Order: sequence, then C-alpha cells, then structure tokens
Amino acid sequence: MAFLELNNVSKSFDGHSVLANVNLSITEGEFVAIVGYSGQGKTTLISMIAGLLMPDSGSVTLEGKPVSGPGPDRGLVFQNYSLLPWLTVYENIALAVDQVFTAWDAAKRQAHVEKYIAMVKLSHAKDRLPKQLSGGMRQRVSVARTLAIQPRILLLDEPLGALDALTRATLQDEIGGICQSEGKTVILITNSVDEALLLADRIIPLTIGPGATLGESVPVNLARPRDRTGLNHDPEFKRLRALVTNQLLGFNAARQTSVTRKLTLPDILPEDLEAPRVNRPPRRLHEEKSETVPVS
Amino acid sequence: MRHFLEISQLIKTFPTPKGPLTVVRDFDLGVKKGEFITLIGHSGCGKSTVLSMIAGLSEVTSGVIVLAGKEVVGAGPDRGVVFQAPCLLPWFTAFENVMLGIDQVYYTASKLERTQIAEYYLSLVGLADSMHKRPAELSQGMRQRCGIARAFALSPKMLLLDEPFGMLDSLTKYELQDVLLNLWQRDQKTALMVTHDVDEALYLSDRVVMMTDGPEATVGAILEVNFPRPRTRKQLLEEPEYYRLREYLLTFLHERSHLRPGQAGQPALATHH
Repeated sequence: MAFLELNNVSKSFDGHSVLANVNLSITEGEFVAIVGYSGQGKTTLISMIAGLLMPDSGSVTLEGKPVSGPGPDRGLVFQNYSLLPWLTVYENIALAVDQVFTAWDAAKRQAHVEKYIAMVKLSHAKDRLPKQLSGGMRQRVSVARTLAIQPRILLLDEPLGALDALTRATLQDEIGGICQSEGKTVILITNSVDEALLLADRIIPLTIGPGATLGESVPVNLARPRDRTGLNHDPEFKRLRALVTNQLLGFNAARQTSVTRKLTLPDILPEDLEAPRVNRPPRRLHEEKSETVPVS
Repeated sequence: MRHFLEISQLIKTFPTPKGPLTVVRDFDLGVKKGEFITLIGHSGCGKSTVLSMIAGLSEVTSGVIVLAGKEVVGAGPDRGVVFQAPCLLPWFTAFENVMLGIDQVYYTASKLERTQIAEYYLSLVGLADSMHKRPAELSQGMRQRCGIARAFALSPKMLLLDEPFGMLDSLTKYELQDVLLNLWQRDQKTALMVTHDVDEALYLSDRVVMMTDGPEATVGAILEVNFPRPRTRKQLLEEPEYYRLREYLLTFLHERSHLRPGQAGQPALATHH
C-alpha cells in the first residue's frame, strides 16, 4: 500500500475548476517534486495534503488513514517562512516542539530544539528575532521548525522561491543533505526544473488549468549526492532536463489562444526632445504598415 | 565611428568614508547595431553600474560612451530601460503607463496614432485584454510585460535591460524571454542586458560579456553564441554545443571571475564557431 495516496482529487473555487482528477501515489522515503507554472494549483494541491483544504471530491490518505485536517504527521514549509515575528529563532521552534512532544520533560525538549537549530547551522543566531535574519536564514528556521516535529512526510511549498540564486543553491544543498540523512518522505513544489532534478527521485509535472492535473512521472536516476557542476556533464541530466522542460513548455503552448486581432502600428519616428519643439506632422519612414498578429 | 555603441576606457569611482572606491575600471566594449549582448557576472560586480552609465542615470567618472555617433550625457528616450522591478506608476493603468512616454516623444502625432502605438506593443507582449488594469491587478509577470512594452513603444535606439526577469519564477521567465526575443527581432533593436542567469544569456544573446569580480571590475572574456535564429528552447536543449558553452560560462563564474584579463588562466577572448 502506498504511503501517501491521492485518489481522483478535484477542487474548485467559486465554480472555477482548479484541480481535476489528481491521482498520486508515493512510497515511504521517496522524494517527489511537483513542477508547474504559477497559479495552476500547486499550493492548492499541497494544502489538501496538509489538510488545510478539503477536496470537493476524491480522497487523500496517509498510511491508510484519510486526511481530515492538519496534523503534526505532515510538516509544511511555506514560501513566506511564516515565523512569529515577536519570537526568537529558538522560541519559534520550541513553540512547535512543546505542542507536539508534550510527554517529554523540559530538558529533553530543549535539547531537541537545539539539535535542529544546529542542523540548519543557526546555533549562533538562536536568540535573534526573525527581522534580524536574512531571507535564507528565516527559511532555515522554518525548515528546522518543521523537521523538529518529526513529521511522517515533509511538504515543501516553493520553499526557496523568494531567495536569490546564490542563497537558493546553498539551501538546496542543505535541504537535499538533510532529507537524505533523515530518510524523509518529501513532496517538493517548485517551478524550477533544475531544482527538481537536483533533489528529487521522481518529477511530476502539473498541467495547466482550468482543471489542472498531474502529468506522467519522470524518474530521476541520478547518483547521489548530486553536484550542480558535475551534473552539467551528465548525459542523463541533460536528457531529463530537456524532457521535463519540453513537457512544461508543451502545456503552455497548448494554452496559447489562436485569437487574432488587427493592430496598426503607425510608422512614425520619435521626436528629439532636446531640440526645440516643432509644429509639424510626425516624420514617417514608410507608409503605415498594418498586420494581423496573434494575441493571447 | 566603429560601432553603434562604443564604450571606451570607462571608469566609475564612488566616494566612501575610506576614500574613493573604483567599482569599474578600463571597461571597453563595442556593440554592433542589432546585436543582443548580455553582461554576466556575480552580484555586486558592477554590471548594473555599467548599464546605468549607458542609460545616463549614473555619471561616468572617466571614459566615453558613444551611442550612434553621439556621446551619452544624461538619460533620454533614445535608450529604453527595463528595470528589475517594473517601476510602473500604481495609479495609472498599464495603458496609461505606456502612454506617458509616448505622449512625450510622439507629441507631433495624433491622439489616434499615439493610442495605436500603445495598443500595438501592449498586445504584442500579451496584455491585449489587460491593458486597462492597474499594476495592483496584474501579476508580477504581467507588470514586467508592461515594462517591456513601455520601453519598445518609444522606439529607442538601444534597449537596456537590468535583470528584468530576476524576480520571476523560472517558468514565467521562459515566457517573458520569448516575448522579449520576439519584439527584439521584429523591431531589430540593439540590446544590452544584465543577468546572472547563464541559460538566459545563452538563449538570448549573440555575445556574452563576462565581467570579472569587483572592485575594479572589467571585461574578463567574451563568448560568441552562434546558434541560428530564430531560436527555440527545445532546439537549444538538444544542442550538444549548448552544454559546452553553458559549462564555459559556469566555469568562468565559479573559478575564473576573480582573475583580471591577461592573468594566467584567463583567455582574453573566447570564440566559438
């Protein structure tokens, strides 16, 4: 039996179908990346797995039990970090740990929080408030908080989308390393094919809405640990990169409308604004040209 | 005049409490008419400083920039700039934002003609049905489409693009790169774009200018990209040469960007046929 299973899940908002007939089956320990365009329901999908949204039809089951609401067995990392601004790094993580591990004594909980702060390399900053941290550091806190509750499955909703390229690369390596060593089951939502290829065991493209659904899985059989520069030489990496990118571009090409509109571009030249203003018709190079162009 | 855009011996110094800091030094570059050039380098190396000097938004400390035979002094509508943040006026619609510049440079034209220009470019960037919305009602990608339309609408001699897609997700970025290429090809513009995305540089440009790390940043090497046009991403991804060039650029950024030209291990010019 699959670890996590989505069976014919559909979701609409105000009569607009966002996701339709989504089927997904994930085995324990697997790292799956779902890649898709902005605004096509990636976050809706992960919110339903997290139990923050309920599907209109179909079912979500985790280890055989239907998901009926949020719970500590599923850890969610948001793109916007979602830290409490008046709590320090330590307190933000302790808040989650104290809720989940009520049976533990204070010393054990403290050691647990410290362990996860160290794992994301923030021990030196544990007494800082979120506003005293960079974006990358804030996202590390969010990752540590989620891992610390030891969820059965980790849900990453574009966790690195708001970070610059350099910080993103560092955090990709860190998240990849931690997920490997913890042996976690992970679903990563991303819009970056490279990020998916670097981290995942399997990539599933999300088609374009209305009524988006999951496309065919692409297994990523690249040796781990994966190294960004080394992958550039790897023929399998190149093949997969082209395959997934083309698949996504294909979805988008299908979306392009074939409506055309007649547009006119007057063939006039801009005036020199440094010269004194003139009172004459605009200069023209040729006759006016008119063409019919596709608009989307 | 040898080139359409000629930059020679460009130096930029900023005053700091510890004395003057030379950000860019001895930067030379000639750009042919109709060429698409990308400038890549690490964050903070001075790429954007070079671009703002060409735009006339930042003063040249020493050296000369000549565009179409005329020395660049101050900003002007002959250079269209697309910024990383779209910089639209929030109380204007997309159409009104584009019209603002059009009303200035086409003041001799009729209202109808000016409107036609705005509608033409807004439609070509994919905003045909959204041009009367305000920036707040548009997605990040749509705002940047408007920024591109605004720049092209003034029919500038040169386009200057400062990491225009840096804030967009990677798939939206693909779409906008195609929008930009399409317009660039249609209007046969000369373009200079700053980016740190290697794939973007290879997809768009005729030549990639690699800048060394600052301070005193300069041109480290230039890579010619001779893939036939019009290019498609699909065709490029299947091209073995693409990965060779990609690796060349990545290696430069990772290993050699700290070397000045002429230093051991730094070829002055890299070409490819």
